[in-house]
Amino acid sequence: MTDNNVTNILMAGVGGQGTLLASEILSEVLMQAGYDVKKAEVHGMAQRGGSVVSHVRFGKKVYSSIIPEGEVDVLFGFELLETYRYLPLVKESGAVVVNNLKIAPPSVALGKRDYPTDVAAKLKELVANVHVVDGLQLAEQAGNSRTVNTVLLGALSNTLEPTHEQWLAAIKSLVPERFLDVNLKAFELGRQVR
Amino acid sequence: MQKTILSGNEAFARAAYEAGVTVASAYPGTPSTEILENITQYERIDASWAPNEKVALEVGIGASIGGARTIVTMKHVGVNVAADPLFTFSYTGVRGGMVLVVADDPEMHSSQDEQDSRHYARFAKVPMFEPADSQEALDFTRLAFEVSEQFDAPILVRSTTRISHSKSIVELGEPLMELPETGLVRDPSKFVMLPGNARIRHPLVEKRLEDMSEWACTQGFNRIEAGDGKLGIITSGVAYQYAREVFPDADILKLGLVYPLPKQMIRDFAARFDTLYVIEELDPFIEEQVKAMGINVIGKEKVPICGELSPGRLRQAFDLNPPNLPPIKEDLPPRPPNMCPGCPHRGVFHALNRLKAYVTGDIGCYTLGFMPPLSAMDTCICMGASIGNATGLSKVLNEEDRKKVVAVIGDSTFLHTGINGLMDMVYNKSTATVLILDNSTTGMTGRQDNPATGYTLDGEFASQVDLEAICRALGVKHVETVDPAQMDTTRKVIKEAMERPEVSVVITRRPCVLIKHENVVEDLPPLYVKSDKCVACKACLTIGCPAIEWETGKDGSKGNCKVDRLLCNGCQVCMQLCKFDAFGVCDD
Repeated sequence: MTDNNVTNILMAGVGGQGTLLASEILSEVLMQAGYDVKKAEVHGMAQRGGSVVSHVRFGKKVYSSIIPEGEVDVLFGFELLETYRYLPLVKESGAVVVNNLKIAPPSVALGKRDYPTDVAAKLKELVANVHVVDGLQLAEQAGNSRTVNTVLLGALSNTLEPTHEQWLAAIKSLVPERFLDVNLKAFELGRQVR
Repeated sequence: MQKTILSGNEAFARAAYEAGVTVASAYPGTPSTEILENITQYERIDASWAPNEKVALEVGIGASIGGARTIVTMKHVGVNVAADPLFTFSYTGVRGGMVLVVADDPEMHSSQDEQDSRHYARFAKVPMFEPADSQEALDFTRLAFEVSEQFDAPILVRSTTRISHSKSIVELGEPLMELPETGLVRDPSKFVMLPGNARIRHPLVEKRLEDMSEWACTQGFNRIEAGDGKLGIITSGVAYQYAREVFPDADILKLGLVYPLPKQMIRDFAARFDTLYVIEELDPFIEEQVKAMGINVIGKEKVPICGELSPGRLRQAFDLNPPNLPPIKEDLPPRPPNMCPGCPHRGVFHALNRLKAYVTGDIGCYTLGFMPPLSAMDTCICMGASIGNATGLSKVLNEEDRKKVVAVIGDSTFLHTGINGLMDMVYNKSTATVLILDNSTTGMTGRQDNPATGYTLDGEFASQVDLEAICRALGVKHVETVDPAQMDTTRKVIKEAMERPEVSVVITRRPCVLIKHENVVEDLPPLYVKSDKCVACKACLTIGCPAIEWETGKDGSKGNCKVDRLLCNGCQVCMQLCKFDAFGVCDD
């Protein structure tokens, strides 16, 4: 069906985690690398601390902005439970890049449900290619705990074709000047995660 | 020309600029909101938030009568509010080109229903374009202004969530440099819709649709993509993308103008195929019209009416290799949306829960007050409905139950369509209580200003509506204002209002914690839980704050609540619920 080799990246996280800037940079770098790119996400009520996803697709020609179920090449997770939730959409040969972070959903915060145990291990059972990133720790190492997104992008960049230079150019074009240095550092720390 | 990546909403805004639009008006509503927010970057466009969609459209109509090209934007349910002027404006036609962009929300990502706005095109006899990506959002909308002037009609452009909020690559056009001439032109036979004039206009409207149907057969926005000749598909909008992906070898008639339909083009296309599908999201709008032409098509017997489409759902509908997904064996805890930490609405709903109020609710972030553990909302119908619903409900209750009825409405929603309900309440001697939750912004759609915030869309200072004075002017004798972060006072004042056998308004005033203007929200230090004092009573959990989490005790110990200091914004509402002094304020 997608014989023109469309690559599909599904971003999953919790509303308010700021997945938006990461998906913006990702789309920009893919466009600069010469691909047709489409990105879909949802605003409004769903953003209020709920489960959120962004779809990013690129290739020679992309039609639907939504990724067909079961065709996710890379699941890019900002939170463990949300990554686990969308795992069934990933191809058998797909990869997972996941932030090692738990955010309790309301039923867990109220003590009525348990947060699933050993999520990272379960991800590895189901998909061979899993990269767990200590996003917060690396972001703090870069000098600002708010650069988790950029750390994660660094880790994701290893799984995609655009060159190191193209990534840096996209970051420079979208990140405000005063946060640029710390974000570039965060990107490099993420990129070292294998 | 320059290539860039734009959302559909950014492309609609760009189209207005390129087409020489000088006036734009809207009321915010997901997924349409960002169109106006993006239009503010173009200095020659006078863009403003109206108090509701009806006013927005009337502003647009006025500017068109003055000769300007004008854009008005709203979400699908907004057109219900703006329908009155829309239907008559269809009769008068335009002077300057006018486009109404309406954004539907299939799947109801952020809406109370998933009505299909294409019916408005047919109902109001207004032509409608439907783009399938950001490039078409730009091209069709820019073209729509010319078409509006050519056929003397307002033009609808329909978006959906997946067009408005998807980004794709767009080649920008050259903006029109010479703007249409504006000024006063008297033409009462065209613009004064008394019966005598309207009777003359109606046949012109019918002729316009016939002319357009013929004209549309030869225009590039309705196009045929050749396939292997075995299967024909008629489709439009985002459904085209899914059809193209799932049926790569089909011949596709892609409609850019979904009303009126290019009938001859459809007849000629249909005649070539034994099997013909109509693939469209939501209602069988195209399908029914094509069937009425005597053409046999397969549509909603396969393609679902409810919810949005996707390549996966389309494959499933036609039994084409539906994905075989490995299920996750455990039942995962859901993650529904929630009010933010420090949200000023939280204390209000805690009080309403404790007072066992029967709450007629409204549209906004506060609708989330229905979620456990706050669980304090019993109805939510549409913008402004809370007040009328409370009036009607009170009419049929006994004295005891009548006291429990409380309408809850936000500041922006009150100004949108709540005022009339309150006027009725006073005029017709209702006894219900109205809470106006004034968080000084339009929160759910992403914090837009409104007439009560003191700022315009451009961020300029503006006259600020005095909510207390409005309520008093309507005849409400009991108007009280409280800070909802003061839990005891808030509960006491609401209780007194509920007991009172007259209309009472309580305004709970505290700004949204996400508000944009500087120095509006105080920066308070986060809290922590003193684990030696926490007795595990869980009282603080009853406000459902995302920053407070229950930590189960290890090895049989009691467990305790803990605060995530990165999330906590220090509002101290939880602290007021704790009888054991277990909360402390971080001093670092």
